[in-house]
Amino acid sequence: MSDLLLEVGTEEIPARLVPGAVRDLERGFRAALRELDLECGGRISVDATPRRLALVAEGLPDRQSDRTETLAGPSKQIAFDPDGNPTRAALGFARKAGVAVEELELGDDGKLTVRRTIAGQRTHDLLARVLPDVVLGVRFPRSMYWMGKGSPRFIRPIRWLVALLDGDVVPVEFAGVRSGNVTWGHRRLGSGPITVNSAEEYRSGLRANAVLLSAEGRASKIVADAEALLPAGYELRRNERLLQTLVFETEHPTAVLGSFDESYLDLPEEVLETVMLVHQKYFAVQDSSGAMASRFVAIANSGGDTDGVIRRGHERVLRARFNDARFFWQFDQRSSLSDRLEDLKAVTFQASLGSYWSKTESNLEAVARLSDALSLGASDAKNTLQAARLAKTDLTTEMVGEFPELQGKIGGLYATAQGESQEVADAIYDHYLPAGGSGPIPRSRVGQLVSLADRLTTLGGMFRIGLMPTGSKDPLALRRAAFGAIRIVLEGSLPISLDQLVEFASAGANAPKLRDFFLDRLRFWLQESGGFGADSADAVLAASDAVPVDVLARARALAEVRHTPDFEALAVSFKRIRNILEQSGTAQSLHGANLDLALLEGGAETDLHASLQLVGAKIAECNAKRDYATSLRSIATLRPALDRYFDDVLVMAEDEAVRRNRLVFLASMLRALSTIADFSLIDAGPAAAQGS
Amino acid sequence: MLTFQEIVMRLKAYWARQGCIVQEPFDCEVGAGTMCPETFLRVLGSEPYKVAYVQPSRRPADGRYGENPNRLYKHMQLQVILKPAPEDVVDLYLKSLEEIGIDLSRHDCKLEEDNWESPTLGAWGVGWQVMLDGLEITQFTYFQQCGGLDLDIVPAELTYGLERLAAFIQDVESVYDIRWNDRWTYADVRLADEEQYSAYNFEEADVSFVWDEFNLHEAECKRLLERYASELAPLERRRFPLLAAFDQTLKCSHLFNTLQARGAISVTERAQVIQRVRNLAVAVAKAWVDQRQCLAGEAA
Repeated sequence: MSDLLLEVGTEEIPARLVPGAVRDLERGFRAALRELDLECGGRISVDATPRRLALVAEGLPDRQSDRTETLAGPSKQIAFDPDGNPTRAALGFARKAGVAVEELELGDDGKLTVRRTIAGQRTHDLLARVLPDVVLGVRFPRSMYWMGKGSPRFIRPIRWLVALLDGDVVPVEFAGVRSGNVTWGHRRLGSGPITVNSAEEYRSGLRANAVLLSAEGRASKIVADAEALLPAGYELRRNERLLQTLVFETEHPTAVLGSFDESYLDLPEEVLETVMLVHQKYFAVQDSSGAMASRFVAIANSGGDTDGVIRRGHERVLRARFNDARFFWQFDQRSSLSDRLEDLKAVTFQASLGSYWSKTESNLEAVARLSDALSLGASDAKNTLQAARLAKTDLTTEMVGEFPELQGKIGGLYATAQGESQEVADAIYDHYLPAGGSGPIPRSRVGQLVSLADRLTTLGGMFRIGLMPTGSKDPLALRRAAFGAIRIVLEGSLPISLDQLVEFASAGANAPKLRDFFLDRLRFWLQESGGFGADSADAVLAASDAVPVDVLARARALAEVRHTPDFEALAVSFKRIRNILEQSGTAQSLHGANLDLALLEGGAETDLHASLQLVGAKIAECNAKRDYATSLRSIATLRPALDRYFDDVLVMAEDEAVRRNRLVFLASMLRALSTIADFSLIDAGPAAAQGS
Repeated sequence: MLTFQEIVMRLKAYWARQGCIVQEPFDCEVGAGTMCPETFLRVLGSEPYKVAYVQPSRRPADGRYGENPNRLYKHMQLQVILKPAPEDVVDLYLKSLEEIGIDLSRHDCKLEEDNWESPTLGAWGVGWQVMLDGLEITQFTYFQQCGGLDLDIVPAELTYGLERLAAFIQDVESVYDIRWNDRWTYADVRLADEEQYSAYNFEEADVSFVWDEFNLHEAECKRLLERYASELAPLERRRFPLLAAFDQTLKCSHLFNTLQARGAISVTERAQVIQRVRNLAVAVAKAWVDQRQCLAGEAA
């Protein structure tokens, strides 16, 4: 059994790509072992820092196991002449197989065979052959070459390789690097090359040269050190994403506590956080009341900061950044958001769709139509228009130029500062929400409409010029935009139809495609966010997909009743009805045909008809109030009558007129009862299956 | 405490010791040291090259009338090209910092991902921004493509932001407080530039004049490129003024930046004008590679 140590020493790999790279390395290594038929008896572990991807495999076999191989040759009749002497065919086969003709055996199938034992190769040699591919097989989104055109690609130059199998160097060479038993420590805190002969020596060698190989270890150190530095009454604002970045940007993280002048706390917290977390990668600190404190924690890739040099450096940069932000704030107030509308003509939205000024025009039209469609009150309608008018103007501010991720929020903050109403300011602030699949939608109705209009005109514009997403490609994030629109409609309970959404989006000739696009997102919402199950989603959409909030109300009602025994049995009966109608081949011609009451048979059939009349009236009454749950419960009361019907009545009666009348009856019943959901699409649970 | 000019001189001396040609600044307006022929053209082809030079870089839209302590219309870059990039290029770079008095064992130095792309030059590369105690002091790029061409040899480009570095070393809050030498500050030397060029770029530049200039330089560049594409005698080809054609390209690029700062370029125009400049840059790059190959062919 042998142990392998593989270390790919690189220049600094982008922090966001390190975790994926090391997973890829492990996956590639395991695949190579499978291909070589080498089974690793022990653990395969990987770890990484920005400058190294390391893999240790314990308990590799020393060599492949031997294999036997059977070669089939000519049949006996061809291989030997009538005298039993080998023919040229037999001689040829023996020569090819590398054995004497006497060693050929006769197989069960009457053909000559040779069984050969193929000795397994040494793991050492096999690894030397496959390791280059394993390493270069790590995939990166934007790789580079460094040895000249056509040379191997990696994310950053590979500068050394350690490949040791039980202390012996596995010889590998590519991209100008040759494997060895020498690694390197921390760029500044390590001292010279480190010779290692085992995984154990490797780990201790790195430790002694200021490299903490374990990502988990670095993460704990960062948090523990940061918290230890904070005076009583302060706490760290934990942020997982930032922590992950810092873990893979450092080999020896050290926390440094800094502070800034309290006067900067007058700047909006959004700006302070963006500067600290996003731009400077500092943790923010809060006091015991949860308010932001004038402290921060930077994570240095160093041994310590005994004389405060690093702290002062970071404080200085932060001060300059905050000064910039304060300067931008003051500078931006020189012209109001309204004054900036004209400036939007110089900001491109999309090359063929024009500027953000035209985008604003479209948005204004869309919010006006939305307000109308929703019969919005006069004050809300006015605020919606004003918010839509100003929503994009912050794109021309210095602040958003510097902090693009704060678009919308800055507009909202400036609107407040410039005396716009709180409703307008909040709507501008929120209008890029929802940011993704989860996360809140805009707080107010006004904000929801501005955001919805913005998404509609983006989608409509892109569809109009043919930039629909295809396959998995969606560079303009239109799926997210449409999903956001659906979320606003459903979660904001906006009673608006899909057709209206499509109409207000103005997608031109591609309007039908846009409707399907919305429909897909609606279905996705019902399944993933609503948790209604694929069959329920299909069932309610089949009944009608006209108004998303109505679809949702029906899905909710269905979810309430669908697991009751009566209902599941009904679903089975509906499937049966559908099958009967389909098999009768008359489904089309039945549509609109009148039921002849005189032809109904007394007993089960007239009873069902009578029950259906009562239930039908009830459904109409409840549906009008959108009380779908009561409708569905009422439908469920049909179960005994329906069961009896199928027990007593033969739908496909001998008499053609009777048969046709029964089909008309079933078809009209199916139609009358499918206004909430098409029950025949619902998967019946086990209870129902047993009952029928 | 090192003065601004001492920092510059020490870095130049350091790179001279590493075998670099120490060049003087290029004499056309450029938005970045990368655009100078010493970088843009020299990284093409398969001849090694090592050069270091200070390049004043003009970005009209970044001017702030001298009111912002960190933003400048014109700033100084020290541009170093190492072609091919040596194996220990990162260490060489870090040592250059020690050379100007930065003891890295007492600082926090990180190489953070930052890829570089210039649509107007048809150029891109991958690399880092070098962060020193949270301050970006250098752009480090391994060029991959230039003028739309895959590079035969991958060079490393180091671009030091000299004002930032000096403000860091001298521990001053505003670039204008940097001591240029023992007697004069950065403000003494450069404040008037910042005030006047901000006024020019944002208020005074005559839009139709600048447009005319742009069109003239573009036409001259195209004329030269067309001539180069025609039948030329070997001698004519060898000394054909592609460098002059490239000057025209740089003029266009700078005039475009001026028009942009002036707010004179509309939405639809912007992408088109970038494309026009890019077409010139890409065509000059192709012709340049061709010319170098002809030269090499003659020599062989």
